[in-house]
Amino acid sequence: MMAGGYSLWLPVDVSKHGFEIDRLIYALHILMAVLFVGWGIVFAYCLVRFRQRPGHRADAVVIKAKASKYAEIGVAVFEAVLLLAFAVPVLARVKNQFPSEAESEVVRVVAEQFAWNGHYAGADGVFGRTDPKFIAPDNLIGLDPNDPHGTDDIITVNELHVPVNKPVIVRLSSKDVIHSFAVPALRVKQDVIPGMTIPIWFEAARLGEFDIQCAQLCGNNHFKMRGRIHIDTDAAFAEWKKSKAPGEAPKVSEEDFQL
Amino acid sequence: MSAATHGSHAGHDHGAAHGHDLPFWRKYVFSVDHKVIGVQYTITALVFLLFGFSLMMIMRYQLAYPGRPLPIVGSWLGPGLVNADRSLSPDGYNVFGAMHGTIMVFLAVVPLVVGGFGNYVVPLQIGAPDMAFPRLNAASYWSYLSGGLVMFASFFMKGGAAQSGWTSYAPLAVISPGQTVWLLGMVLLITSSLLGSVNFIVTIVQLRAPGLSFFRLPFFVWAQFVTAFLLLLAFPPLEAAAILQLMDRIAGTSFFMPTGLVVSGQILPTEALPHTGGGSPLLWQHLFWFLAHPEVYVLILPAMGIVAEVVANNTRKPLWGYRSMVYAIIFLGFMSFIVWAHHMFMTGMGTKLSLFFATTTMIISIPSVVVLTALILSLWGAAMRFNSQFLFALAFLPMFAIGGLTGLPLGLPASDIHLHDTYYVIGHFHYVVAPGTIFAIFAGVYHWYPKVTGRKMSELLGRVHFWPSLICMNVIFLPMLFQGLQGLSRRTYDPLVYDAGQAVQGWHFVSSWGAWILAIAQIPFIINFFWSAVAGKKVSDNPWDATTLEWAAPSPPPHGNFLKSVSVYRDPYVYSPPGRPSDFWPQNQPPED
Repeated sequence: MMAGGYSLWLPVDVSKHGFEIDRLIYALHILMAVLFVGWGIVFAYCLVRFRQRPGHRADAVVIKAKASKYAEIGVAVFEAVLLLAFAVPVLARVKNQFPSEAESEVVRVVAEQFAWNGHYAGADGVFGRTDPKFIAPDNLIGLDPNDPHGTDDIITVNELHVPVNKPVIVRLSSKDVIHSFAVPALRVKQDVIPGMTIPIWFEAARLGEFDIQCAQLCGNNHFKMRGRIHIDTDAAFAEWKKSKAPGEAPKVSEEDFQL
Repeated sequence: MSAATHGSHAGHDHGAAHGHDLPFWRKYVFSVDHKVIGVQYTITALVFLLFGFSLMMIMRYQLAYPGRPLPIVGSWLGPGLVNADRSLSPDGYNVFGAMHGTIMVFLAVVPLVVGGFGNYVVPLQIGAPDMAFPRLNAASYWSYLSGGLVMFASFFMKGGAAQSGWTSYAPLAVISPGQTVWLLGMVLLITSSLLGSVNFIVTIVQLRAPGLSFFRLPFFVWAQFVTAFLLLLAFPPLEAAAILQLMDRIAGTSFFMPTGLVVSGQILPTEALPHTGGGSPLLWQHLFWFLAHPEVYVLILPAMGIVAEVVANNTRKPLWGYRSMVYAIIFLGFMSFIVWAHHMFMTGMGTKLSLFFATTTMIISIPSVVVLTALILSLWGAAMRFNSQFLFALAFLPMFAIGGLTGLPLGLPASDIHLHDTYYVIGHFHYVVAPGTIFAIFAGVYHWYPKVTGRKMSELLGRVHFWPSLICMNVIFLPMLFQGLQGLSRRTYDPLVYDAGQAVQGWHFVSSWGAWILAIAQIPFIINFFWSAVAGKKVSDNPWDATTLEWAAPSPPPHGNFLKSVSVYRDPYVYSPPGRPSDFWPQNQPPED
């Protein structure tokens, strides 16, 4: 039952930044375990030692327990360290320090009930203009037919391909409701908010094929909004791009949308 | 204080004069007595608690056996909720999920801890004859019941009940069926809470017995006091937001609907939604969580209050660090208003804002640590009496600890990237609310039952209730933490669709069986609850040798509560005072005795 590199603890991580997130999660769980066991020992000792029995009376004199103060200060310090030394750097890197577009693969992902549409700029490296008014069954993202930049663009449904060891920038937008673009294996998650375009970036370190989940309830077939992300070698990625006839609408079945 | 003295005399006279003259329906149905209203709240909310739990038990069948026809209940559910083969449909799953959350939070747990325990116990614990505004109190209950009935009725209406989650995020909620009735229900429920919160604040400030200074208040009253402020200040934004969303649905406004939507291939605006555009979906989330985070503390503070009462009483010693606990919850109350956006780390907010909310979230964990540590240190040097209420109160401590600690990885935006909206979140907040708050509720029921009925609940049935409940709660919720670490998204009707879901499907099976056995484990409680009211052992007014004022009233207390006016001479938990033969010294006992 361990499909796709999943295990009992954290699942496989194929991103370059993911180890920092995992390290933080492990550190937090160690802190949690220390606190829980610490409380638990005092708790269990009390339950055994201080039961009501003949001749035993509760000691109402307030105990001066410095331990609690130390525990509270310790927790505060530990949390501050985790926040400033572990959480902030990775967050800043993931959210703020974007690679330059020239050095990255840029992909647009347009979410809708209940599919992920991928949009690649094609050979000219420029995305064709899109507008909701052009959206039709054979033009899922509303590519402007009059824009020459759009003629070589590649459109996919529930299938993304990205190169390994190269930064990937994904510009997320939604046609209808809020979705959330989640790839557990890449330690990536970002809500997709209609009316906004939100960029994210990651760099994959290993080849493979992994799930894209929708992590935000988006309607009755939210659970089926599954895409696949393929992490390819540079050569395989170029090959895949070439194999896609430019400007051709992707083959879509009812299955892909479940409307 | 003279006003309070006057109040309690007036109430007493009133009780003597009218308590027995009222017709049945005035005395027990449309009553303005805080005790009757408290019992009405408790029983109504317990029914909703069972109903909300039942919805989840049906969902858990789909999760354990995806796609398999539902046994028994499959044939009772309407065509929208089940597929042709009587398995739960995706719509049915989303309806039940949304309504499980709504019912548990707004119709079961908050009404139990605030409307039920708060109403019954607070006036008694402060030596008051009733709440400050008895009619407002009744209005609060009837508004709550109306909201509950509206929510319940929505299952049978065209379009069914709401299905966009208890969070009702726009635009999904604006375009989904069932939402209009949900919003109307919410407006009634919020109104009820607002009426109640004003009443609690005025009652606690104005009607305390002579000598009952703020630092002599039982911790439970303090918890209710802070809770009332949270309800008063946090609910109005949600009430406003609910009305705005209602307007988006029925009045052609577009507060939460952005421009350029294309829903199911239809370019908005359409005939059904003629005026959308220009709104902000994130505005809803800010307004919602501005309430819903303080709401978390509304769920937990009164529970801490109940546990503190039961711990002090059954350890036979004063609470350790009573004052620091009070300061901690006041601080927690303030902080709870500036942490809300940690629910929104994944919406694309800037890192500076994320850092602010992560910092406030880390800070708010400290007062919770203070309260929990104080309660555990209160056990040191005790002479513990292991009755049913104490078992539940003790179990609350490690369960709440797990719930609180698992909040940390969600409160840091970096670890939240992996865990946000996964089963880890569900495991986390259920540990806080289910074996946390609901165990505190059980502790409260066993503890105050003799005050309400004059009879004790059965200890044997209490133990048969406690141990399986404790085990099942962990069997249900611990696996969810592992599922979440694997990255399994919440609200996933068929978990087998995803690799992560397939990897952790075994845990769904475990959780589901835990839930169904938990249901069986509640049968002794239900029997105990009703049977003890008629056949339980009759007990004195103060069967637990307790110190706080509610035990100075007869059991059950008459209209007006106290037979003679009470005064307070000491701190709330003077147990085992050195140099006195008795191991408790009630607050109202004059020192010369």
